[in-house]
Amino acid sequence: MSSVPRNPAAAAARPKYYDLNLLNLPMPGLVSIFHSVTGVVLFLLQSTLVSESKFDFWRNIINLPLVKIVLLGFVWAYMHHFFAGIRYLLLDVHVATAKEPAQLSAKIVLVLGVLATILIGVRIW
Amino acid sequence: MVKRLDRTPVGAHYGWQDWLAQRITAVIMALFSLVIFAALICQGSVNYEDWKALFHSQLFRIGALLFLLSVFYHAWIGIRDVLMDYIKPAGIRLGLQVLVLVYLVTCTIWSVSILWGN
Repeated sequence: MSSVPRNPAAAAARPKYYDLNLLNLPMPGLVSIFHSVTGVVLFLLQSTLVSESKFDFWRNIINLPLVKIVLLGFVWAYMHHFFAGIRYLLLDVHVATAKEPAQLSAKIVLVLGVLATILIGVRIW
Repeated sequence: MVKRLDRTPVGAHYGWQDWLAQRITAVIMALFSLVIFAALICQGSVNYEDWKALFHSQLFRIGALLFLLSVFYHAWIGIRDVLMDYIKPAGIRLGLQVLVLVYLVTCTIWSVSILWGN
């Protein structure tokens, strides 16, 4: 076979290349990563949910502008996760599985998530 | 001859049950999201009495618990997938999975106590 002797150590030391730029991902890949990340964010969010007995206390805190901005981040996470999830459910039943429809639906998901966040942002301000 | 089981103890469950559960819980959460959206956002400002009245309804409590159980099970499958994708050492992955599980079971008990405790 090959005249060059194989060196296991050299093979193991091969450099790895990670493309860390999310913007280089195809749209479906980007939505997929955001689906994971927003899943983690929601996981953290639910740890902050408390009972309604301190309703006014929490309501005053929620009314602080900085808190509202952070909450809007969570709202975006929820909305993005919601729409991306519906996209995955549609993909499961073979809706828009070809390359172009998949890219289009991924863009729609990104836009709808931001749009819904803006609407709720307007609503709470 | 005994067939060697070459499965990772902290891997997926090599079946479609979790895949299906992830979708069923997703549909439950999506439907309840629309319900709570209709109940809260469209109503205008919500004071303590409205909030209390909403959770006084037994049907709403059951729906809320179903939603929360879906969140916790969905979160378990999702977080486990993220851990399997990004945490390679089996020991650390198992430790994190146990932490997540204990936390989610605690949340489940807490949810019941919140919904029916007062």
